[in-house]
Amino acid sequence: MSDSSALDVTYVASLARLDLTAEEAARFQEQLGTVLTFVETLSKLDVEGVEPTAHPAPVLDCLRDDVAGECLPREAILHNAPDSALDQIRVPKVVEDA
Amino acid sequence: MSLATENISSLRTRLVAGEIRAREIVDALGAAIEEKDGEIGGYLAADLERARQDADTADLEKPLGGIPIALKDNINLAGAQCTCGSRFLEEGYLSPYDATVTTRLKQAGAILFGRTNLDEFAMGSSTENSALQVTRNPHDLTRIPGGSSGGSAAVVAADTAIASLGSDTGGSIRQPASHCGVVGLKPSYGRVSRYGLVAFASSLDQIGPLTKTVEDAATLLEVIAGPDPRDSTCLDEPVAPCHPSLHDGVAGLKLGIPREYFGEGLDPAVRERVEAAIKALEGEGAELVEISLPSTDAAVATYYIIAPAEASSNLSRFDGVRYGHRAENPGDILDMYRQSRAGGFGPEVKRRIILGTYVLSSGYYDAYYTRAQKVRTLIQREFQSAFASVDAILAPVSPAPARKIGAAENDPLQDYLADIYTISANLAGICGLSVPCGTVPGDDGSALPVGLQVLGPHLAEATILRVARAWEITRERA
Repeated sequence: MSDSSALDVTYVASLARLDLTAEEAARFQEQLGTVLTFVETLSKLDVEGVEPTAHPAPVLDCLRDDVAGECLPREAILHNAPDSALDQIRVPKVVEDA
Repeated sequence: MSLATENISSLRTRLVAGEIRAREIVDALGAAIEEKDGEIGGYLAADLERARQDADTADLEKPLGGIPIALKDNINLAGAQCTCGSRFLEEGYLSPYDATVTTRLKQAGAILFGRTNLDEFAMGSSTENSALQVTRNPHDLTRIPGGSSGGSAAVVAADTAIASLGSDTGGSIRQPASHCGVVGLKPSYGRVSRYGLVAFASSLDQIGPLTKTVEDAATLLEVIAGPDPRDSTCLDEPVAPCHPSLHDGVAGLKLGIPREYFGEGLDPAVRERVEAAIKALEGEGAELVEISLPSTDAAVATYYIIAPAEASSNLSRFDGVRYGHRAENPGDILDMYRQSRAGGFGPEVKRRIILGTYVLSSGYYDAYYTRAQKVRTLIQREFQSAFASVDAILAPVSPAPARKIGAAENDPLQDYLADIYTISANLAGICGLSVPCGTVPGDDGSALPVGLQVLGPHLAEATILRVARAWEITRERA
């Protein structure tokens, strides 16, 4: 297993779209270092030939009938949106000017 | 005695007999909340006006007709808040729909009005990670109620609720039930629909009841369990009723005692209470079988890879676009995501997102995540082989009684390690419950509750409820 010192908290937080203050980065670096050192104890277990389990009770090909149902009410959805206009959710501009 | 101190079955009997009216139950709860919840802090919201209206129209023919049930504030109830104990959802989110469990409670006639506190997004085992308020243990106000369903356990223990629902990802129903001295049931994975439960770790989360009696837990389970076309992981299996065998006792049952659950780290006073309960069940005719679950030690490490990995993925939906907190004046869309998440999430949620993102990242995925999934297979197999020779397993819930508020600050690992006896059930997908088995003395004369954990095979809820009821009967007799 890899070394817990390989964790760069600020870089990983940026992958998770999360800004950290310098103080948070320093604190999390230390706390998560301790947690990673602990979880690395798993490297001592022999799991050769063991299949991974993603789900405790796997259900395969579980499809319900494809019937049109009611959607959530538009007003309720727009009410929750931090910003909306013209019955749509508004976000900062994501395309360049032509 | 206030009606608030009663349980579902006693209230139902009196309602049906016409001795009391549903509105009187709501009024009694209102008075109890007024008197006690200020210092306990179990509720984030309680809409008593709505409860009174629902009480006046309650259909007493239905199985929960006229019974108020509190919901953990991560279970959606149309038109109500669902904060998840987070600043992110504190404002700007009202549930647009009912969770499936909410729908089923309504169909069964329950009155839904109270929203209970929790660790933010159910991440924690003390309820201290709630960004919104502190919840205190009704048995000792200087101590945690446990968590993450700490509010749901505290309100039942304080008689400010009749019963509640919580969610359990690594012990979040059973551990607070143990610390607060109430019954808490985590159903088998796939037994109860997760539709409308705000997802933390999707392969581990289950919704379940916290109640004053084992019988009430059975009643609520029967209402909320069963197939749901809106949750593909909810099993398409009929729900066997738990009531017919509830009072059958334990004579002839084989109960496994896993030696790894009674080793180093278990508080001697807790051990004594749990062992006394086990001995009492032996006295009722159960056969005790010593068993071994060798991977128990690895369960905490496995969980703290898998749960954060799933959480980091699930919580990507909180981006400031569709609901909840959005940062003011972001530079561009990426900036909006980063700042909204930075401002909306508390420290434990940020730590778990970072940890989960790391163990899933390229180059580390196999070393951490895949390996943890393989250990999960080992844990699951060990339970399968144990249940080939025993009907249920008896164990402690938590290695120690409720700790002091603030005692684990800056050391998240300390609380993680205390999850050791509850986490394996979630990894294996089996069912488990906590039933009160006495108290141990705290400082300044308080009596701190201890829970007996009963674990059962997948979908064997009727068996563990029967074992817990047998213990309850011996306790009532003593």
